[in-house]
Amino acid sequence: MKPKKLNILAGAVIAGSLSAMAGNALAETLTIATVNNGDMIRMQKLTDDFTNKTGHKVEWVTLEENVLRQRVTTDITTRGGAFDIMTIGMYETPIWGKNGWLVALNDLSASYDVDDILPAMRSGLSYDGTLYAAPFYGESSMVMYRTDLMQKAGLKMPKAPNWQFIRKAAAAMTDRANDINGVCLRGKAGWGEGGAFITVTGNSFGARWFDENWNAQFDQPEWANALNFFVGMMKESGPAGYATNGFNENLSLFQQGKCGMWIDATVAASFVTNPKDSTVADKVGFALAPDNGLGKRSNWLWAWALAVPAGSQKVDAAKQFIEWATSKEYIELVASKEGWANVPPGARTSLYQNPNYKKVPFAQMTLDSINAADPQNPTVKPVPYVGIQFVAIPEFAGIATEVSQEFSAVYAGQQSVAEALRKAQALTNDAMEAAGYR
Amino acid sequence: MARAVTTKQKIMFTAAAWSIGLLIFFPILWTVLTSFKTEAQAINDPPLFLFFDWTLENYSVVQERSNYMKFLWNSVIIAGGSTLLGIIIAIPAAWSMAFTPSRRTKDILLWMLSTKMLPAVGVLYPIYLLFIELGLLDSRFGLVMVLMLINLPIIVWMLYTYFREIPGEILEAARMDGASLKEEILYVLTPMALPGIASTVLLNIILAWNEAFWTLNLTAANAAPLTAFIASYSSPEGLFFAKLSAASTMAIAPILILGWFSQKQLVRGLTFGAVK
Repeated sequence: MKPKKLNILAGAVIAGSLSAMAGNALAETLTIATVNNGDMIRMQKLTDDFTNKTGHKVEWVTLEENVLRQRVTTDITTRGGAFDIMTIGMYETPIWGKNGWLVALNDLSASYDVDDILPAMRSGLSYDGTLYAAPFYGESSMVMYRTDLMQKAGLKMPKAPNWQFIRKAAAAMTDRANDINGVCLRGKAGWGEGGAFITVTGNSFGARWFDENWNAQFDQPEWANALNFFVGMMKESGPAGYATNGFNENLSLFQQGKCGMWIDATVAASFVTNPKDSTVADKVGFALAPDNGLGKRSNWLWAWALAVPAGSQKVDAAKQFIEWATSKEYIELVASKEGWANVPPGARTSLYQNPNYKKVPFAQMTLDSINAADPQNPTVKPVPYVGIQFVAIPEFAGIATEVSQEFSAVYAGQQSVAEALRKAQALTNDAMEAAGYR
Repeated sequence: MARAVTTKQKIMFTAAAWSIGLLIFFPILWTVLTSFKTEAQAINDPPLFLFFDWTLENYSVVQERSNYMKFLWNSVIIAGGSTLLGIIIAIPAAWSMAFTPSRRTKDILLWMLSTKMLPAVGVLYPIYLLFIELGLLDSRFGLVMVLMLINLPIIVWMLYTYFREIPGEILEAARMDGASLKEEILYVLTPMALPGIASTVLLNIILAWNEAFWTLNLTAANAAPLTAFIASYSSPEGLFFAKLSAASTMAIAPILILGWFSQKQLVRGLTFGAVK
């Protein structure tokens, strides 16, 4: 080989190596921890679109919700850096943001249009006015009911029912001989399961977890009213063994035509109206979660959101991914592949202005339910905390799990309402005292 | 004098043993059956036992969504590696405790076992921080080490029990014939205790294969074994029981097959020394 040719070859090799190095420096591999929900699985399938646009690859770590919570909490508190993006909820975001464990999302691009995020979601995922997680999908809770059974009972569901109507309708729809329960509600122990439901029910009855000085309020009549009402209604019209029913158990009952009404997460609407899985897909109506005439409805607010932990070494690429996954373009991408009923709901205002999405039967009710939720003012009386079905303090998950266990024991007939409330009061005050709030 | 067992008694005992066996096996059978149902059939009330439209759709979905072979390979490395390393350390340890015991041998054995009495979550943070410091997070090597240490007390205890059944005179004879310590352990003790070692190995592979606390908490995308594969199909918001069952069946199949083929060895080892 002549020297000139050798030089050209060497030059080409060097240039190739440099360009490869440059490419490698730009392209990252992101590790993302997420939950096994339908919308998340759809996102995983569409990741190639992100890789094609940015060159970044994505590795998914999908875990069950409680395992994920434990896993990402361990990693973020130790700054382990195992994940570049974490899927977290509205409970963790303000607490972790306050502790400096999350990267602030205050420099998202103009085309991302951060102002398009629904105000309730943006507020719930911020701390001190700074957004720390971008909502991938959001939900509230609402009434899902069987239109045929309601008609048979000679009743008409109002758009905004109260608890008295729900109880009356539930009794009228109950048909034990045909295995139909008037109402199916969560009774399962766990702060995110039955604990969430009874908290929002309590909110509508004027109850609250704490007064302004962080004193537990389970000894107040509002909690006794709420719990007695709930237990009474479930005894009359609820399914047997409701003390162990959570979201999935009630979804299963409703899909099999065994519930007249189900009050639960708005995302369930797409499941119960899907003819592939639901036997009552064409007989479902929607209404706002009930109130008790005190100005607060019993609906919650939740979002699964994407956040960058402070330990990540790939912050820029991670932010790029978050912009992609929570963008308007991503919603259109899902719609083009899976239809408008399957786009991630409850995150962006523009989605609810889209004429295609307006045709989805549960779209407007989902939006109305989200808009009816106010995490900053969740209760009738003033409270020192933020959060509707939770109290955004680190101690809440542990306390509420214990309290919900006491309540589930009532549902199972193992203790009285008064006994459960007395125990809840004592254990909550003890925990708050130990944590230095009182 | 041995007591005579009548045919009636034999039938009764056999029926009782089969009933208990089926009762224990039923959850696994139900998982396997559910894996061949649609999601709607999986939650059907009354439950469908055998008469449903069998489908392989769940397996196809799971294969499409997850890299099963990656999880399987990680499980093989982690379970096999931790057991092998544990055995290498435990054989000499159990030998010394069984054949040259000191005044403190029983205390040491009890102390080793006491490490199993602490709930794993109690040491999660120290171990996690150690892993970060050593760069072992999400590595197979790190998990091999942790699982080996977790199962080591069980391995030592089991081997100690088996070794105690071997007459010390045989080892003495080997020594008198000029066998070194290494030769004594390798060529005399190990072949004699092979059934016990085999059952210890099998039991520890099963324990390591099914370990779901450390394998979930210390891994992310690279070293996650089949326990993480199963966890990725569990959902509190959505009914994916059929897919979860398919994932579970795929995760337990290798260890079930291994157990099936080596059951003779396993039973022999577990009953080793039971009858003198």
